Amino acid sequence: MATNNNNQIIKTLVDKYGRDRTSLMPILQGIVEQKNYLSDTDMTEVARELDLSAAQVYGTATFYSFLDTVPRGKYVIRVCKTITCDMHGKKLIVQTIENMLKIKVGETTQDKKFTLLQTNCLGWCHKGPSMLINDEVYADLTPEKTHEIIAEYMNK
Amino acid sequence: MSELVQRVDLIFGEYSDQKYKTLAETVGRSNEDIIKDLLDSGLKGRGGAGFPTALKWKFTMEQPADERFVICNADEGEPGTFKDREILSKVPRKVFAGMAICGKVIGAKRGFMYLRGEYKSLLPGLLKEIEIYDETAKKLGIDFKIEIRMGSGAYICGEESALFESMEGKRGEPRNKPPYPTVSGFMNKPTVINNVETFVNVLMICRIGPIQFRKLGTHDSRGSKVFSVSGDTPKAGIYELELGMPLAEFVEEFGDGDTKAVQVGGASGFCVPRKKFKDTIIGFEGVPTGGSMMIFNSSRSMYNVLHNYLEFFEEESCGQCTPCRVGCQQLRKGIEAVKRGDKPVVYLEQLMKLSETMKITAKCGLGQSVANSFSSIVSNFKEEMIY
Ligand SMILES: Cc1cc2nc3c(=O)[nH]c(=O)nc-3n(C[C@H](O)[C@H](O)[C@H](O)COP(=O)(O)O)c2cc1C
Ligand code: SF4
Repeated sequence: MATNNNNQIIKTLVDKYGRDRTSLMPILQGIVEQKNYLSDTDMTEVARELDLSAAQVYGTATFYSFLDTVPRGKYVIRVCKTITCDMHGKKLIVQTIENMLKIKVGETTQDKKFTLLQTNCLGWCHKGPSMLINDEVYADLTPEKTHEIIAEYMNK
Repeated sequence: MSELVQRVDLIFGEYSDQKYKTLAETVGRSNEDIIKDLLDSGLKGRGGAGFPTALKWKFTMEQPADERFVICNADEGEPGTFKDREILSKVPRKVFAGMAICGKVIGAKRGFMYLRGEYKSLLPGLLKEIEIYDETAKKLGIDFKIEIRMGSGAYICGEESALFESMEGKRGEPRNKPPYPTVSGFMNKPTVINNVETFVNVLMICRIGPIQFRKLGTHDSRGSKVFSVSGDTPKAGIYELELGMPLAEFVEEFGDGDTKAVQVGGASGFCVPRKKFKDTIIGFEGVPTGGSMMIFNSSRSMYNVLHNYLEFFEEESCGQCTPCRVGCQQLRKGIEAVKRGDKPVVYLEQLMKLSETMKITAKCGLGQSVANSFSSIVSNFKEEMIY
């Protein structure tokens, strides 16, 4: 059942973007968007559809930090750790999230709802600290504000 | 705003009432005429390297090929830079118009914008603007399509040849140069790749003319520049200013009164200490910048700043060539060892030599520019590296 479903997701993406290698990134991005990560089975399936070797797909996927190849939570939190955000209190933001979700950076909650990661410059240096939750940007963070935001996601 | 720093309203100025007015006026002009205007304007690329835009277009146009491409580099990953995001959210129409002019001049039918994954929230707005562009293009009989491709969290994909690789579905590993993109770019076809801001400048030159444009800036740095100001400043944000300004004026305007150093051009740029503010010009004749200006006051440890940059490079290096892959790691480990006292102070000299070696042996701009921040921070703030 699950496999059929997976195949359907990949089929739809391949039909949308085409079978050319230039479609590989959009297809992999589409899978991550729907399933939070790329499983080995999915990568093999994409390789078959695009007539590439599994190694080529795997090689591309593992190059990009947003194309996760290990299971991730439904909400991936990426806190910016580059200098300006770091100077303006990134550490406290990370601690706040760690305490709330009871996980460390790099980990996923048991219920697979959240993954906490750090990332390089998000392009919000003038409003640091900042973070991404999936595609959504949150800037001008304080521990209090972070608490509110995460609490809201916990209730989702 | 004080009179000290001249503000400009070229990039962010309002749209004309009629949609894509300048584009409509420009498509009727001859390609030679447009290239000449760009040449006269003195416009240099705003993505960092500062290559004259007119020449880039001319070379691509003259390269025999059955297909050519236009690519807008919206990968903006340099620490401390966020001006392209502002341009794309406030005046995307100007970017697309600039790309369409490029398409006409070089004879390309397809253009792409490579947008970094971190900016995905901009996508809906950009796609809406592309719809408006499509309607206009149809009316004007312009045969040039614009598509958006997303990045997925890799700084190196801002390097033009890595960007092509990524668009081709591969790992974002820079290619050997030459051949340059003007000869062999995306899909090995002649390609113009320009920064977001460069395309807007092109449009504005077509609108106001090269003479008006040249009035801004200095001899070596024509026009205005969008600066991303961050760090220890009460005025963090985005500012459009004339190029060629002394750093001292900049600090007086944006510093918090206690500025110890300014990192000009991001992690791959240069760190300028207080004693050199007066003699440093921001622009191609002095310290060039893609727009990133990070201000540090005396409460900051320059060791921490450098350490943060080195971690950044270490993670973002594509790992393809040894000087960069191993060099970035050794520089970070090296300054840690000196700080701990495991290595003598003279070891810093050895690390400086290593960074110089990286400059001449690394394959691409990432590995080549680590020495910029490394040498400028270590030589100007040596005590902070030790104690
Ligand atoms: C590591 C690295 C990252 C780069 N990132 C960007 C970027 O994010 N945006 C950009 O416009 N240029 C970037 N560049 C410069 C591009 O390779 C290229 O020179 C530029 O897009 C050309 O456009 P321009 O002539 O309009 O400046 C980067 C270069 C290197 C070496
Ligand atoms: S210099 Fe660094 S980023 Fe550039 S090709 Fe070599 S390893 Fe890759």
